[in-house]
Amino acid sequence: MEYRNVLTTCAYCGCGCGLYLEVLDGKVVGTLPAKNHPISEGKLCVKGWNSHAYIHHPDRLTTPQIRDRRGGALREASWDEALDLVARRLSEIKATSGPDAIGFMTSAKCTNEENYLLQKWARAVIGTNNVDHCARL
Amino acid sequence: MDRLAVTHQAVKQLLESGEVEGVLALRASGPSTILHLYRKGDDLSDLALWPKYNAPKIMDLLQRSAPDARLGMVVRGCEERGLIELAKHNQVALDHLRLIGVACTAEERDACRCAWPYPTQIDAGERVEGIADALVAEHDKLSLEERGEFWKQHFARCIKCYACRTVCPQCFCEVCMLEDSLWVHTGTMTPPFPTYHLIRAYHTVAKCVGCMECEAACPADIPLPVLYALLRRDAEEMFGYVPGRSVDELPPLVVETLPQGG
Repeated sequence: MEYRNVLTTCAYCGCGCGLYLEVLDGKVVGTLPAKNHPISEGKLCVKGWNSHAYIHHPDRLTTPQIRDRRGGALREASWDEALDLVARRLSEIKATSGPDAIGFMTSAKCTNEENYLLQKWARAVIGTNNVDHCARL
Repeated sequence: MDRLAVTHQAVKQLLESGEVEGVLALRASGPSTILHLYRKGDDLSDLALWPKYNAPKIMDLLQRSAPDARLGMVVRGCEERGLIELAKHNQVALDHLRLIGVACTAEERDACRCAWPYPTQIDAGERVEGIADALVAEHDKLSLEERGEFWKQHFARCIKCYACRTVCPQCFCEVCMLEDSLWVHTGTMTPPFPTYHLIRAYHTVAKCVGCMECEAACPADIPLPVLYALLRRDAEEMFGYVPGRSVDELPPLVVETLPQGG
């Protein structure tokens, strides 16, 4: 039997609460707060306490899915195929309707660096200021 | 030898004896300590004793996953009492466990306002006597109206994070009443006064050993152990029952509902 805890940072919002993910025999089974943590001081909100819940959840998507036609069913695809499709369609839309026809949604679940990259890419590469964030949904 | 060194030695000996698969203990990790299952041959240099966690709940988790596993555990007073209560409710098997008892220091006792800061058998540390919870004494001075106001004000800060329920070693129900929308509505804040907190309080009666984990986990700093201590005192006065004192004492909710003489 193996039981250990891995120190990490809550991925649910930008506060940065410290928590441990409980790993039992290779599977993440629970969350414990990090006492003495400079941000969260051993406290978590209801989302933080459930940080482990989605990791092995059967509903979790682990591969890209593509809908080939409007109203059609989703099918599983490779990352290469999905990224090729996104790149092609974004280029097409930008060319036909202009950069402001495109918007970008980013997330508190990402790091600051990832969020910086996305807004930089939206503004400098695509040419739009349409950048918003999951916290405003 | 100091307390940590003695504990270190005891864990090492128990692991090397081959009697157990692993020993659940605290390990220094980042800003804190955290529970860890040490196994034979593991580096024990990061073994730690404070801050404590809800260790009985984690032992419950380990035994659920491997009911036949023989395990060791470093326990302080509240953790041993928590295990005893869990055993009475068929949640842990004490006969599969080897305990290494650690007495709390005076500082640890004061941090928990603990009345009983040592386990039955002390393998490491020196016994210090318990203290009365000063917050309970203050609460006793309040009138009935003031008490109502006291709790109303505290509960108004609740953010319904369920930490008190989730962290509690004595909360082991598969289906939790507090997730039933009949009692606690979803999508609204704060939880309805007083159902959330009073349902939880009643469910701690004759189970809560006062480990203080709910208070430590509460983002709103609600002094929940004061409420539970009052109920613990009532249960002792009415039924002579002290949670976790002895594995042979049946909880009053069982005894009082048995037929006379049963």
